Amino acid sequence: MSTGHGAAGPPAVPPPRGADEPVLAISDFSVVYRTPDGDVQAVNRVNLELYPGQVVGLVGESGSGKSTLAYGACRLLRAPALITNGNVRYRGRRSVAPMEILHVHADDLRRLRWREIAIVFQSAMNALNPVLNVRDQLVDVIHAHLRVSRQEARDKAGSLLEMVGIPRSRLRSYPHELSGGMRQRVMIAMALATEPEVVIMDEPTTALDVVVQRDILTQIVELKESLGFSILFITHDLSLLLELADRIAVMYAGQLLEFGTAREIQHEPAHPYTRGLLNSFPSLRGARRDLAGIPGSPPDLHDPPSGCPFIPRCGYATQACADIDMRLLPVASSLDPAHVTACPFVLPGTPAPPGPAGRPAATSTGS
Amino acid sequence: MPFIARRVVFYLVAAWVALTINFFIPRAMPGNAVQAVMSKFPNLTPSAYRALEAMLGVGHPGSIWHQYWAYLVDISHFNFGVDVSQYPASVSSLLVQTIPWTITLVGTATLIAFFVGTALGIMAGWRRGGWLDRVLPGLMFFQAMPYFFLALILLELFAVRTHVFPLGQGYTGGLIPGWHWDFISSAIYHSLLPAFTIVIASVAGWMLQMRNLMLTTIGEDYVLAAQAKGLPNRRVIWTYATRNALLPQLQGFGLALGFVISGAIVMEIVFSYPGIGLLLLNAVTSNDFPLMQAIFLVITFAVLLANFVVDLIIVAADPRARAREVTR
Amino acid sequence: MTVALPVSTEPAAVPEVRRRRGLWRRLPTRAKVGALLLGAFIVAAIVGPMVSPYDPGFQNPSFGLSLHPPDAAHLLGTTQSGQDVLAQLLTGIRLTLELALGVGVIASVLSIVVGVAAGFLGGWWDEFLSLATNVFLVIPALPLLIILLGYLPQKGQLATIVVLSGLGWPWGARLIRAQTLAIRGRDFVAASRETGERTWRILAFEIVPNEVSLIAANFVNTVLYAIGASVALAFIGLADLSSWSLGTMLYWAQSQQALQLGAWWWFVPPGLAVALIGTALVLLNSGIDELGNPRLRNAGEASQTAWRKLRPTDPTPVLQAAPPPRSRLAGLLHAFSRSSLLDEQDRAGNRAGRSLGRTPGGDLS
Repeated sequence: MSTGHGAAGPPAVPPPRGADEPVLAISDFSVVYRTPDGDVQAVNRVNLELYPGQVVGLVGESGSGKSTLAYGACRLLRAPALITNGNVRYRGRRSVAPMEILHVHADDLRRLRWREIAIVFQSAMNALNPVLNVRDQLVDVIHAHLRVSRQEARDKAGSLLEMVGIPRSRLRSYPHELSGGMRQRVMIAMALATEPEVVIMDEPTTALDVVVQRDILTQIVELKESLGFSILFITHDLSLLLELADRIAVMYAGQLLEFGTAREIQHEPAHPYTRGLLNSFPSLRGARRDLAGIPGSPPDLHDPPSGCPFIPRCGYATQACADIDMRLLPVASSLDPAHVTACPFVLPGTPAPPGPAGRPAATSTGS
Repeated sequence: MPFIARRVVFYLVAAWVALTINFFIPRAMPGNAVQAVMSKFPNLTPSAYRALEAMLGVGHPGSIWHQYWAYLVDISHFNFGVDVSQYPASVSSLLVQTIPWTITLVGTATLIAFFVGTALGIMAGWRRGGWLDRVLPGLMFFQAMPYFFLALILLELFAVRTHVFPLGQGYTGGLIPGWHWDFISSAIYHSLLPAFTIVIASVAGWMLQMRNLMLTTIGEDYVLAAQAKGLPNRRVIWTYATRNALLPQLQGFGLALGFVISGAIVMEIVFSYPGIGLLLLNAVTSNDFPLMQAIFLVITFAVLLANFVVDLIIVAADPRARAREVTR
Repeated sequence: MTVALPVSTEPAAVPEVRRRRGLWRRLPTRAKVGALLLGAFIVAAIVGPMVSPYDPGFQNPSFGLSLHPPDAAHLLGTTQSGQDVLAQLLTGIRLTLELALGVGVIASVLSIVVGVAAGFLGGWWDEFLSLATNVFLVIPALPLLIILLGYLPQKGQLATIVVLSGLGWPWGARLIRAQTLAIRGRDFVAASRETGERTWRILAFEIVPNEVSLIAANFVNTVLYAIGASVALAFIGLADLSSWSLGTMLYWAQSQQALQLGAWWWFVPPGLAVALIGTALVLLNSGIDELGNPRLRNAGEASQTAWRKLRPTDPTPVLQAAPPPRSRLAGLLHAFSRSSLLDEQDRAGNRAGRSLGRTPGGDLS
């Protein structure tokens, strides 16, 4: 690595940003898709902060809006998407002042993308241009953001590949000539090419087999330790986040339901939906327990129900649930004031309603 | 190169199928078509009669396989037999006179239409909902119009009503063809309206196809990724979206070429253009089957060759083509 | 000769069979226009010959009625031999549509059979059928049609339909094969095969129903091909020249020098009819395409929403607190005021917001 900060050791934090200041702060963020049938409220007033060096996991079922949130925050969504509300503030080491992503000029936004916030896409096969070789695609990124000569850019491309454990000789390979794991590594190398401070990882390992998945996750953690970037990790696999993430945000029907440290989410889950999710996956380390899915399916976002969107599937639901305004409030029983939940009624200690342990009753009392 | 080798084999097979069909059609047609044709030429000289006999498969000089073999040998020497209606001209000599006209006109105009249409399609795909998108339905009208009808309309407007362009022919009568300016300028002048016809009639098709390919490609993850990478817009448009959309567009060009050329050739008739189209019309009206069949073969070979050129371009531009199992 | 070009040479994503709203309502405007236009021609084909004012073949011996321009008695004028052009046109539309629909049906069935067989049976069958499809795709159809029809002793309607169908299937077969391959790999088909469902039942109840939109698009395309090819063939004289189709009308107009004689009313009506029928089919086809390909559909929807000139690379638009809508005069005055400078800054700072700034925010909430 020839430019930027040293590859080893934690990065020195220059004065402009305090260590307690988030590198990325999303507040009150809403996205709709405008369709002929009306607007689809894909993301609804979400607040999320990412602190330097942290891994924040964003978990939810498919269609919960987690990818829309991440891409929307980078303003990468295409029409008919429309950001209707909110603020996205980026505060990097390199930037003098915080940047309001929703208000910057398109050219500034272009400079910010990848240089500051890079993305590892879910399917590297689709995210890599099939007709350009790996070197050209890496060099493309480097040239877009760094002032280096062609030769330097090529050298850097080679060392990036080596950094993720791919021999330099594969520089001239095309995506279809690489294995799935290699493609994902190339994608990661590409994301790190300009030493961004935030890396959004959109289910980076979902398409891979378990062994490769493990290797790549290990590598991501190592790279994060050595390069000191922050990660917003999107997945539907909560058990993976429990190991990987510092903090976990649980998303459902376009809204954040719970946000807390991985430990709290694992041991003191406050929201019934989080509890349901925890029961949907086998824990890799924790005690054995019965697995239970969450019956039912997410609501139609064309016409979102008032109050909590989880009511129809929630075993704890009461009449009052239809009236709550879904604000995230600190979990009363938690020592961590940053552990917040949208459910004002259920606390970590609240016993499960009648029925098999942790399994919400299919027929709800509310709504 | 395996991909190119496979394509060569495929085109050889296609050429062989065309040759074989061409050989067996006269022999397999129902009714007494052959006799009917023969009876239309009562005054043939003996050698022309024999040529016709061989072509149509009557008179049986040997077994059918023997005939087939002799036919393949003849074709490989570009010997398409003797023409019956314009005896003693050989079919090959008639083709040699007309092919340059058609290739120059149809080839140039088709390429222009393809490039213009593709460029417009890129713009329309990139600026969806722009003015190009809104005139699209209007352009579809031209796309749906037979080339020869458009030719009639243009002639009515620009040659009959206003005398901007000549009413047809390849050059002003009386000029002696050759490499001198009088002739060349006259030929260019006469070819403008036909070329214009081809361009107008086919440009919308290429444009629509390219637009849709652009829209599809823009929806691909790698274009979104290119944007996320903060690449300059120009780079996203050209290297990521357009370049990838051009590959299927080129393939479509190869496949649709047969239609375009056929349409253009029929159009030549309206302009009395001295190309293959007019030759074809004469062949049809005078039941000149050897000529018709030769024209079929020539057009087929031209299309196969053009497709091969398209394949070469695709192989140069698409690394996947070199690796992929392609049977197109 | 008209060509319907393929949208994509790759199979689109397998569309789900959905019946959320009525098919007609989901059709893009373009396709509705096409369908209505086509409907008008079909009505003309059915009713036309009944209400036709003259017998199309009747040659009025009166010399004054040779090449008579349109007037009250002959709405579209007369031909050189005094025949009524309108009467010929009405008969011609019927004959041409009859032929085209016939070819559409037969060639579509051939396409389905070949495409599904190649895609589903796989192996040696696929190799052979694909090769045949590709060979006939690359051999130009029209010259071959010319030879085939040239040798036919009777070039009647039925013979033409058979010959055109015989060469009209490869496009469809290719697309349907690709689609079949995609569907075959999906779970529910694999499940049926595992449970020993009979092949023909899988084909009839699982494969073909999932290809309906492709088959429909292909049918429209084939009809388009049939009209283009049959008109072109008739135009060079390869048709039953004693019948009145749009193509033979054009043939007679051309061979009797209508253009040179200034009788535009002789060749414009049939040619225009062909062009309009073709346009209707192209519109219909592009509409069906849009229905099956969500990316094309989104483009259509995006252009209908508030912003027009949004390019795909533009950042996601942000809804600004919308300024109160100004009347045109107030807007003009505002342009000279000091606060408009602030607007300018805002525009420079947010290109996408510019087009949205004028969007009333009310329609969002």
